[in-house]
Amino acid sequence: MIKNRTAQGYLLNTVVIAVLLIGFAFFKGALGGGGEFKLIIVPSIWQCCYLIILAASLNLSLGFLGQLSLGHCGFMAVGAYAAALLSLAAERAGVFEDKSGTAFLLVLAGCIIAAGILAAIVGLLVGIPALRLKGDYLAIITLGFGMIIVNIINNLPFAGQEGLALGSASASLYKNGLGFGTALKVTYIWVAIAVTLVCLVMMFMFVRSKYGRAIRAIRDDEIAASASGINTSYYKTFTFAYSAFFAGVAGALYACANATLSTSSFAFANGGILNSTFVVVMVVLGGMGSLTGSIVAAVIMFLVNYQIKNGVWVQHLPAWLQNIFSFPMLVYAVILIIVIMFRPKGIFGSYELSLRNFFSDIKLQRQNRLAQKLESKEALRNG
Amino acid sequence: MSTFLQTLFVGLRLGSIYALVALGYTMVYGIIRLINFAHGDFIMVGGYTMIFTIPVMVALGLPGWASVFIAILVCAAVGMSTELVAYRPVRKKGTAMTALITAIAVSLLLENLAQAIPQIGPNPKVASQIFIAGGVKIANVTLDWTTMLTIGISVVVMIGLYQFTQKTRIGRAMRCVSEDKSASILMGINVNRTIVTTFAIGSSLSAIAALMYIAQYPKVYTTMGAMLGLKAFVAAVLGGIGIIPGAMFGGFVIGLVESFTTSYVSSSMADAFVFLILIIVLIIKPAGILGKNIGEKV
Amino acid sequence: MAEERIPVLETRKLGITFGGLVAVSDFNIKVFRGELVGLIGPNGAGKTTVFNMLTGVYKPTEGSVLLEGEVLNGKKTHQFVAAGIARTFQNIRLFKQMTVLENVLAAFTKDIKYGMIETLFRTPKFWKTEKELKEKALDLLSIFHLEDKAEYVAANLPYGQQRKLEIARALATDMKLLLLDEPAAGMNPTETTELLECINAIRNRFGIAILLIEHDMSLVMNICERIQVIDYGITIAEGLPEEIAKNPKVIAAYLGQ
Repeated sequence: MIKNRTAQGYLLNTVVIAVLLIGFAFFKGALGGGGEFKLIIVPSIWQCCYLIILAASLNLSLGFLGQLSLGHCGFMAVGAYAAALLSLAAERAGVFEDKSGTAFLLVLAGCIIAAGILAAIVGLLVGIPALRLKGDYLAIITLGFGMIIVNIINNLPFAGQEGLALGSASASLYKNGLGFGTALKVTYIWVAIAVTLVCLVMMFMFVRSKYGRAIRAIRDDEIAASASGINTSYYKTFTFAYSAFFAGVAGALYACANATLSTSSFAFANGGILNSTFVVVMVVLGGMGSLTGSIVAAVIMFLVNYQIKNGVWVQHLPAWLQNIFSFPMLVYAVILIIVIMFRPKGIFGSYELSLRNFFSDIKLQRQNRLAQKLESKEALRNG
Repeated sequence: MSTFLQTLFVGLRLGSIYALVALGYTMVYGIIRLINFAHGDFIMVGGYTMIFTIPVMVALGLPGWASVFIAILVCAAVGMSTELVAYRPVRKKGTAMTALITAIAVSLLLENLAQAIPQIGPNPKVASQIFIAGGVKIANVTLDWTTMLTIGISVVVMIGLYQFTQKTRIGRAMRCVSEDKSASILMGINVNRTIVTTFAIGSSLSAIAALMYIAQYPKVYTTMGAMLGLKAFVAAVLGGIGIIPGAMFGGFVIGLVESFTTSYVSSSMADAFVFLILIIVLIIKPAGILGKNIGEKV
Repeated sequence: MAEERIPVLETRKLGITFGGLVAVSDFNIKVFRGELVGLIGPNGAGKTTVFNMLTGVYKPTEGSVLLEGEVLNGKKTHQFVAAGIARTFQNIRLFKQMTVLENVLAAFTKDIKYGMIETLFRTPKFWKTEKELKEKALDLLSIFHLEDKAEYVAANLPYGQQRKLEIARALATDMKLLLLDEPAAGMNPTETTELLECINAIRNRFGIAILLIEHDMSLVMNICERIQVIDYGITIAEGLPEEIAKNPKVIAAYLGQ
């Protein structure tokens, strides 16, 4: 019976996703694939896709494993540069000369997978020493590793600031159809959507298995977890590398969506949208320990970012507010502080939105809250 | 040989700035176990305060460096209000991780708020000469006055601070609270007031650091404190966080590492080296060079 | 007769020092299959330190721990558990944000055979394993009358049930020796009686050896077959409950000289 319900859930999710995709296809058809669609919606979807992957993947280590990593964008940088350099190599080898889409798609798929794997390897190398530490120290050491990664990429002869400046790797992707403004770019929007869906499914499967249980046990109490036979260092390192894998994939999508790459966009804190702190904001906003929360938060933050930069309504606001909006990081910082103060668990807490169980989950939550109240009352009486 | 000596002096000067900032980190960490990410940005606050007050001081016929006293007051006020407005409410209901994330948020807020103020803006501002120019030349090595004053002031401040924590009532209260909060309450120590005092002292140290920083590099910009603060934090961890002599020691180590890497290896790798040293120390001795390892109680 | 069997747990001259302070020294104990042995002593006598050495949390500075004749020294905690030693904690340590069922399921982790590929593709093996484990977990919870609360978040359980859940979780590791660290601490008399029934039930059902730390002397005297008393890290007496109750050294240790 339980298996039946799970199957129903999968079926429902698949149907909903399919309906959304068909709707999107119609929407695209209505807009005729040109003009506004090409210039605004396609780039937005690319950005939205890598933000979703990025937030969800950091949630694996921050929300489920309970380890704050401030170097997540370092792994993203590894992925972005790996994908860009590989595609550059493919271009130089003449793979793109026949204008058929197949060769291009194959290279693209190869780039994305290679980016993920390389980022996972770097994640493993960082995780093995770093995860011996906890809490604040882990945050600082991952921050340090993130900076070292960016610093190393900067100093690589073939990838650094000079190495990619002219005829850069991502420019090769741009030329070959993934850069904004070309017709092929619009076609390959499906690649971004498909990659995001596959990544999310992979993360959901991971979380809802022995791996997910083990890492949440480690988050709640590491000593008790090892006393329950869980090999804590193995699961911690594995999860860290797994989360780095998706950061690498997000990096590859980023490289596809941008005409140029610069290491400064992956630094710990910069004015732009892409830095490790911004990813932390998304995860905290959505709820640590809720993948659906991260997806929603990534979309919200994307919309906030888009609106305060391009929204028409912004022009009608008072000048001082417009001035503030020209510093998006300020807005995110305020959002983060407000969320932490008034809803420290984020929008979703650790709750996963599930279409199949939405109503029964609400009932269960109410029961749990009631039990908590009773418990505290009892404690008061006894104490 | 002269390069070596020159590098050594630069390292000591950098180190004394790092040490002062690291002291602020260490004091706050010692008392509430929180990495105050916003601490680096207090330097920026101090820097801008001086930029705006130096002309006033000069107009009043006072030396430019006197504006550091105003910077101290402003930084202390910013530090205390950060604690009261952001950290205390979160500390009451959140976990260690939410507190850390709040600290990151406050840091972002300060940096970007400064940029949003029209008088500050995103472009760097240049400070005028603060200490007297020139220096003495001994056997091919130029020792400028700024360097000597920087090292001198920081040593005096550090000795003063150490004596303060050892000898005075407030200093003893601070050490008590950092050892055991609940026991301090039982001993009649006002814990909240002690924490606020710690923030005030730590932040004023960053104002002094700002003075020394802009005396050497007379450029003030909104993210000036981010990297400086991070490296100072590295210094605090290196020496053993929560330990005052540890912060001083760590500050000088980081300063020397940075100046020697810059002049002998590569200036673009200096930051990576600083973090590499942090990583090695944390892995070998997680509590820092002067720290004691404390395991979790089972 | 008893001497010829291999004991489930044996320690030989186990001892640990913390920077010059001798916490436990020359600790020898043998626990046989199906036995329930009590470890008692005044506050700070080193009882929990012994448990921490028996589970690999602390590394003993001398002596060795043997489980069914196999030396476990130098292994990590999860390897101790894999060998067959499970424990509960003095101050309850549950996976607070997980449900009651998940708490037990998490303890099965080391015995789960499926890997990443099965996880990602949801193979029949994955479903079969998960289904079996869930049944097994509910079965374990039913011993403690917790099966109705399987979907509750662990932190919301009343205190007594949290203690029981911790024992259920320890049982899920499929161990040969169960270490209980003050299981009745903070419980009222009714809850204590219930707990005793549970302990007896699991002994009868699983036939495991249990080593128990307890302050409540009446409880120890009631259920333990043998008792070992330590004070200042040194064993001062061992024997049957009646002998211990009369032992002048034990009385002196508890009441002070």
